[in-house]
Amino acid sequence: MTFLHWAILFPFLFAFMVPFLYKTFRKIHTGWFVLPLPICLFIFFLQFLPGVKYKEGIVQTVKWIPSLGIDFAVYVDGLSLLFALLITGIGSLVVLYSIYYLSKEKEQLNAFYVYLLMFMGAMLGVVLTDNTIVLYTFWEITSFSSFLLIGYWHYRERSRYGALKSMLITVFGGLSMLGGFILLYIMTGTFSIRETIAQSSSIADNGLFIPALILLLLGAFTKSAQFPFYIWLPDAMEAPTPVSAYLHSATMVKAGIYLVARFTPVFAGSAEWFWIVSLFGIFTLFWGSFHAVKQTDLKAMLAFSTVSQLGMIMSLLGVGSAALLFDHFEFYSVAILAAIFHLINHATFKGSLFMVAGIVDHETGTRDIRKLGGLMSLMPITFTIGLIGAFSMAGLPPFNGFLSKEMFFTGMIRVLNMDVFQTETWGFLLPVLAWIGSIFTFIYSMIFVFKTFAGKLQLENLPKKPHEAPIGMLIPPIVLASLVVIFGFFPNLLAYSLIEPAMKSVMPSLLKDGEHFHIHISHWHGFTAEFWMTVGVVILGIFLYLTASKWKRVYDLQPKRMTLNQLYDHSLKTAGKTSNRLTSFYMTGFIRDYLVYIFAFMIMAVGATMIIKQSISFAADDAAPVGIYELILSIVMIAGSITAVLARSRLTAIIALSSVGYSLALFFVLFRAPDLALTQLVIETVSTALFLLAFYFLPELQKKDKTRRFRLVNFIISAGVGGIVTLLAISASSERTGKTIAEYFLETSYSLGGGYNVVNVILVDFRGFDTLFEITVLAIAALAVYSMIRLRTGGKDVEENGFKNE
Amino acid sequence: MKKTGLKTNDLILQTITKIVLFIVIIFSFHLFFAGHNAPGGGFIGGLITSGAIVLLLIAFDVKTVKAILPINYVKVAAFGLLIAILSGIGSFLFGVPFLSHTHGHVHIPVLGDTHLATAVIFDLGVYFVVVGVTMTIIQTIGETE
Amino acid sequence: MEIVTSIVAGILFMTATYLMLSKSLLRIIIGTGLLSHGAHLLILTMGGLKRGTVPLLDEHAASYVDPLPQALILTAIVISFGVTAFFLVLAYRSYQELGTDDMDQLRGNDQK
Repeated sequence: MTFLHWAILFPFLFAFMVPFLYKTFRKIHTGWFVLPLPICLFIFFLQFLPGVKYKEGIVQTVKWIPSLGIDFAVYVDGLSLLFALLITGIGSLVVLYSIYYLSKEKEQLNAFYVYLLMFMGAMLGVVLTDNTIVLYTFWEITSFSSFLLIGYWHYRERSRYGALKSMLITVFGGLSMLGGFILLYIMTGTFSIRETIAQSSSIADNGLFIPALILLLLGAFTKSAQFPFYIWLPDAMEAPTPVSAYLHSATMVKAGIYLVARFTPVFAGSAEWFWIVSLFGIFTLFWGSFHAVKQTDLKAMLAFSTVSQLGMIMSLLGVGSAALLFDHFEFYSVAILAAIFHLINHATFKGSLFMVAGIVDHETGTRDIRKLGGLMSLMPITFTIGLIGAFSMAGLPPFNGFLSKEMFFTGMIRVLNMDVFQTETWGFLLPVLAWIGSIFTFIYSMIFVFKTFAGKLQLENLPKKPHEAPIGMLIPPIVLASLVVIFGFFPNLLAYSLIEPAMKSVMPSLLKDGEHFHIHISHWHGFTAEFWMTVGVVILGIFLYLTASKWKRVYDLQPKRMTLNQLYDHSLKTAGKTSNRLTSFYMTGFIRDYLVYIFAFMIMAVGATMIIKQSISFAADDAAPVGIYELILSIVMIAGSITAVLARSRLTAIIALSSVGYSLALFFVLFRAPDLALTQLVIETVSTALFLLAFYFLPELQKKDKTRRFRLVNFIISAGVGGIVTLLAISASSERTGKTIAEYFLETSYSLGGGYNVVNVILVDFRGFDTLFEITVLAIAALAVYSMIRLRTGGKDVEENGFKNE
Repeated sequence: MKKTGLKTNDLILQTITKIVLFIVIIFSFHLFFAGHNAPGGGFIGGLITSGAIVLLLIAFDVKTVKAILPINYVKVAAFGLLIAILSGIGSFLFGVPFLSHTHGHVHIPVLGDTHLATAVIFDLGVYFVVVGVTMTIIQTIGETE
Repeated sequence: MEIVTSIVAGILFMTATYLMLSKSLLRIIIGTGLLSHGAHLLILTMGGLKRGTVPLLDEHAASYVDPLPQALILTAIVISFGVTAFFLVLAYRSYQELGTDDMDQLRGNDQK
């Protein structure tokens, strides 16, 4: 375990302490205790910056399940460091912001910070690990913590709906991704991402290559809210705004981007990867920006905007993947450069915009732009931040969004120069959709800032009287907005410190040792196509913004019943109904029926296997001799068990059962199992005592089970079970193939386990895991007994807090 | 309380119990420690210890025993589980997978050269869980009216 | 000997199944008790009987009986004790709350 591992685990460990801190220091906002952690981690990760610039990534491995090749391997290179800095940096600002956003009197702060820290740790785990299974584990924890955070105000129906939706969609994607990882493992024989990349050339022709690619992309697209899976993201806006700013714009939704970037070296170069990633991305860009314009809720608008910007980054990664095929790769790799640059820019301006939306919501009580307006004079600082963020999002100079937007156009235009993957047929779609999407991006950016802050103030519509937010709430967006400006004026600050190392990890094969990508970001390129595209965006955007009321009817063209949300709701309802019908078909509620299924299946499965494999055998020559004691014991056991069946009184049945148990203990003595004999004796005594204690509470046995037919069915089934077990036991003991594992245990019991009693050594050492689980089960049983007797509801109806079945 | 079956006033049984109890408990300790090399171990040791306490319960009644041994058996079980898990996690400190055990000879002042295995720590956890679980079950059932 | 124990195990399974299919809670619990006895005997039989001495290495014998089934059974014995205790309490509590031990009346399903 190195400090890097601990960096991932620290948030989890700290999460354990949060409830205690919350309980102990009620006077102090719990956020203040949490705040130092992301700041320290941010500083910790900063020190890796020089390292990733010159060297290969840093790997540290701790064995987790070595027998399956699953190690907790941490890998730091440009890409993961970029994400780690984003997670901890934005995380610090968000925690600070949340201290002012969430009231310490009204909210369950302990739960909030536990979820948030859990997310932070999991997200760091996703981007820092080198092992796909570990990545998957952390990936699902991020989905899970996102679920909890969206449902944070769980008493609101919309919150629960949004939480469930995001969970279902992202976990579906996560499972697909796991499938992809397993297919990759089948092809390469390793769970390590770096080793997979090293073998990437040999797997391209494998039949599983395309399925793995599609499954992996399903994971990435669901997480990064690409069309058609984006529908969960707008509903996720029910989360508190700090969460939306953190999870649903800056970090978690970028996990899909990370995944695509991380696996670009494996899949890039195939036509499917190029087309799927870039087309889905560019269409998401268009779709998201188009729908953002019609939103009236500030956060919903930002959500659709996030969808569209994620689409943009995704399409850039797709287009950039083609660079691998060309000699003059720097011409095409500009798309990757744009993707990484925009990733940073998006986090800064979208983070600040979310915080602005949160401030507006917090100070006025509404996020509806139809009610807002004219806040400019009342909240000048918030307005300035919003203006900077929105202009950057719209792609206006001199902010950082302008730079990456220009680069985005460049990347898309250069697709037209490619002569691979039949780009001549559909390639033109990419720049065209990019341009249209940018126009809508421009429009909603303007709507966001001007409908809120300009225009007429409608005080009568606002639930609260607005005023400027407290300074602590303003600091985080101010920091982000100043980054927007700084990166806008001095983009080359980032060029070789962050962007170039990250590019190197996305496309490692292009460079030889010691080589670097050449990066120079500038504002002015001359009167190029990109320049005219931006001019077109601005002119058309202003025109459409001003005439919005005239053409907004376009949105009614899409029928209400055909939306993806309808599809989701409908299929969820249908799935519920169908499974309910299917279940009630065989789940009759009678335990006896279930037991009959189980026993019948057991008879058939075991019987069929024995017949098909022809394994029924009967050889008594190798058997142990039959002694007189064994015979007597056998007779006692048979008699005891039959008495238990026929007994009319409870006491007789219980005594019959114990007689069987004690005979078994004597059997253990005869069959050289002293440990078993001792245990069985004690256990039999204790459980007989238990039976005697409990049977007072139970009614007398019923005289007879109902009908003759009922008893006949029972007899047939039980005779079948008994017969098949006898057959199984005889066949198993008369036919032995190969050596048993027992020899290994007998040989190594002393040398490895240090004990002569092999049974005990197996229990506590060789199979210690089994024993651990066993005592856990025991403890659970004891707790269940304890709670059933001690913790009664006092006759109250349990339905009150239980689920109601629909 | 007449139906619990745990309350009987039997002088002979009580006197014998007082003597036998310690023998049984010491025997259970012996079984526990001998467990690695001879029949015994955490399971059996724990069961016999609880058997001794059950004997006490039979000879006296639940309330008296609770006064003599004011132990929360749920906590005993939880404690045992904790020991078992910690003994597993402990192996991480030496850079080996979960629940790896080792053994060796250690020199202890009074006992001299003793052969010890780390598995015994895990077995101790098992012992406590078994005692805790058995006694929780019996005590809760015995206390019901 | 294996054949004898096999038959005994078979009969234990048979009686256990018969009891578990009946309608009274206590019979079902007794059935599970018999089932676990049967299963233990089955595992022991499948591992082979009396093929050596007790699996204690300081016996220095030429051959030992298979220790693995014994370890498995030891765990199973303790688990089945826990399960039996759980069942008993469950049965008595549900009888107390619901006033019946007839499985047909204890039907757990909302669909009428």
